[in-house]
Amino acid sequence: MAHADTVIDDTIFHLEDDHGHAESGSSTMLGFWIYLMSDCLIFAMLFAVYGVLGGNYAAGPAPKDLFDLPLVALNTTMLLLSSITYGFAMLEMAKGRVKPMQVWLVITGLFGLAFLSIELYEFAHFIHEGATPQRSGFLSSFFTLVGTHGLHVTFGLVWLVVLMVQVSRYGLIAANQRRLMCLSMFWHFLDVIWIGVFTFVYLMGMLR
Amino acid sequence: MFDNPALLKAIFGRFTLESLPLHEPIVVATFIVVALGGIALVGALTYFKLWGYLWREWFTSVDHKRIGVMYMVLGIVMLLRGFSDAIMMRLQQAMAFGGSEGYLNSHHYDQIFTAHGVIMIFFVAMPLVTGLMNFVVPLQIGARDVSFPFLNNFSFWMTVGGAVIVMMSLFVGEFARTGWLAYPPLSGIGYSPDVGVDYYIWALQVAGVGTLLSGVNLVCTIVKMRAPGMTMMRMPIFTWTALCTNVLIVAAFPVLTAVLALLALDRYVGTNFFTNDFGGNPMMYVNLIWIWGHPEVYILILPAFGIFSEVTSAFCGKRLFGYTSMVYATIVITILSYLVWLHHFFTMGSGASVNSFFGITTMIISIPTGAKIFNWLFTMYRGRIRFELPMMWTVAFMLTFTVGGMTGVLLAVPPADFVLHNSLFLVAHFHNVIIGGVLFGLFAGISYWFPKAFGFRLDPFWGKMSFWFWVVGFWFAFMPLYILGLMGVTRRLRTFEDPSLQIWFIIAAFGAFLILLGILSFLIQIFVSVRRREQLRDDTGDPWDGRTLEWATSSPPPAYNFAFTPVVHDLDAWADMKNRGYQRPLTGFRDIHMPRNTGAGVILAGLSVVLAVALIWYIWWLAIVSFVALIGYAIAHTFNYSRDFHIPSSDVTRVEDERTRLLAANGQAG
Repeated sequence: MAHADTVIDDTIFHLEDDHGHAESGSSTMLGFWIYLMSDCLIFAMLFAVYGVLGGNYAAGPAPKDLFDLPLVALNTTMLLLSSITYGFAMLEMAKGRVKPMQVWLVITGLFGLAFLSIELYEFAHFIHEGATPQRSGFLSSFFTLVGTHGLHVTFGLVWLVVLMVQVSRYGLIAANQRRLMCLSMFWHFLDVIWIGVFTFVYLMGMLR
Repeated sequence: MFDNPALLKAIFGRFTLESLPLHEPIVVATFIVVALGGIALVGALTYFKLWGYLWREWFTSVDHKRIGVMYMVLGIVMLLRGFSDAIMMRLQQAMAFGGSEGYLNSHHYDQIFTAHGVIMIFFVAMPLVTGLMNFVVPLQIGARDVSFPFLNNFSFWMTVGGAVIVMMSLFVGEFARTGWLAYPPLSGIGYSPDVGVDYYIWALQVAGVGTLLSGVNLVCTIVKMRAPGMTMMRMPIFTWTALCTNVLIVAAFPVLTAVLALLALDRYVGTNFFTNDFGGNPMMYVNLIWIWGHPEVYILILPAFGIFSEVTSAFCGKRLFGYTSMVYATIVITILSYLVWLHHFFTMGSGASVNSFFGITTMIISIPTGAKIFNWLFTMYRGRIRFELPMMWTVAFMLTFTVGGMTGVLLAVPPADFVLHNSLFLVAHFHNVIIGGVLFGLFAGISYWFPKAFGFRLDPFWGKMSFWFWVVGFWFAFMPLYILGLMGVTRRLRTFEDPSLQIWFIIAAFGAFLILLGILSFLIQIFVSVRRREQLRDDTGDPWDGRTLEWATSSPPPAYNFAFTPVVHDLDAWADMKNRGYQRPLTGFRDIHMPRNTGAGVILAGLSVVLAVALIWYIWWLAIVSFVALIGYAIAHTFNYSRDFHIPSSDVTRVEDERTRLLAANGQAG
């Protein structure tokens, strides 16, 4: 691939040395990107399911009875801020400064934790009011879509902690930088999904 | 202690001794045979002290060639299981007339037709296709391995894990009785309260992880690791079809994962996605699963098209006719495969406009497919055709598949489908394209690339026996089903009233018996070939006068595939190299950077199987333990940074000198 667009001597049938092989780092980025797109499809399915079942209240509570928009706005802010702080961490990584990078990662993790806590509080509140996932098709699809996003954030937090340990142990070696870049894509991806959730589930739910 | 039911339930979940199907003599007899066979195999491996060798050289291998071969072995073993189910059904249906109940009760029979479909698609066709892609693609693009060698090993073991779970259901508990796609509400907890559907769900989820990751891996490999000079339009056709297939895998399997997860939530948590009440919608399941299911059939057939293209061009001794149109036809099929899913349930009643849209898109797919058939025919036209085994399979494919394609177009007409929906006509149609297309392709591929993998050819006599039994057996087994379907006989029936139909089922059973002989001949072929390997040996690495890069290296290829990365100037790179008098380099070898073997894939997949079994049987403590172990082990694995090593140039030189010697002995200069 690397040589596909350069002119090659027509009589050479093999490379004497191995620089023609793709460097594995860029493969990892592409591979992880493809994985993210497949994950995105899972969310697409859950959005579609919410689109089909979102109005099936089965004589149970509707979005207007449940959603507390100021709380969701706060929650959204937490997640968006965590994306910004992850970006700051990446900037520090590019400069090779381990200490500030770790600090930004800690802040990112705390924002993520705050997001999850608010979400769990919201879920507990709904269930307490009798709006359980079993209550209606609307609530089944709501809890599954939002909960799947929350599970991803949880997984991202575990990954974040593991990476912080690995960086403190082995420093900013190439493998660790690659992993931090992957988590970065993952984290921003979850942000984008959340914007979809915020818009289609919460805001449009209040309009229904 | 054993009198306390609450304690037993806490420890064993819903597993009790009654879960063992001891009252089913057929299952018990099968178990005894399988157990004896298993003990004999384990005993032989222990006696010949092969465990260490298998573990070090195969199970933990990250070499794409070995993983490819292991996929093939898995597919062939599971073919025996899937075919046993098939011949049992054929026998039952041939017998159960005139008040006879046959020999299978409905509880058992329903599991058999479900297991047959699930196994043949997920654990026969998929592993065989993935195995060939794994083995061939890196060689065809001049690479040393795939992009993520460890992930490749892990993917394989997850597929094995899924197969283990399905096999387990035969002897512990039961399998689903829902048909291979497990439509709710039948597959919901209300109508299927037992473990069958849970076995189905978790087997497919575990195997699905493997399939998805191997899809990501191969897309990356093809995009990133092609040899210098190999532009997209110089890629061998098989690599092209592999690329499209893996794009389809990445874009379709998440849908299956999501829909099965929702079904699992309905069953485990009591949500209302596919229920009849509380706002659930069972038809949504049918839509979602076919959004995965239709691309899935193209995931299987596209690589087969690729194999036929390689075989036709190699055995006609010329460049493939219409390479560019072949590539575009493949891409068009890839895209269209997402626009036809609703033709699987025209009878749902979506209305005339929706049905016409999907009917028309379905018919349009036959255009690029027809273009492919003409490309193969024009490649053969004025070619110097050698009717070796792979070419025979190709010709049989073209005749058989065309019939299947035409009945497919017939079914694509919604009014006709209203008559033929769920009939044996449909069953005949999809066996016609899957056996006549995918399976014939796989056999062509196996006999074509076997010498590359092992350094000797397959015995042609037993191969031809297998070929004739399979092809004739297929026509005997499935043409009667077309006729029965046109007469209105529906699928999945266990007994029949009308005695005039019996003769057709007897003919179909005879066909299945011929296919049995075909499978046996195939196994004998492998056995005989291994025995006669010295006579069948090929030292050149290029037994068929091949045209693509995999034939440029030795057979079997060394671990590093190519001592030097090849440079490509033309489509059919190896034919170009041979034409222009390419001289193999004899000196100047260097150290080669390679990934290291690891047992992590086996361990992670093993833990996944334990987790799945715990979930199937409601053994919650074990589910928690195995889940924590799975995550913990995965994290621990990421702390291992030394994942590669160098093959020293002295080793490379030794291997290459040996090849030089063999080539010289065969009268070929380097």
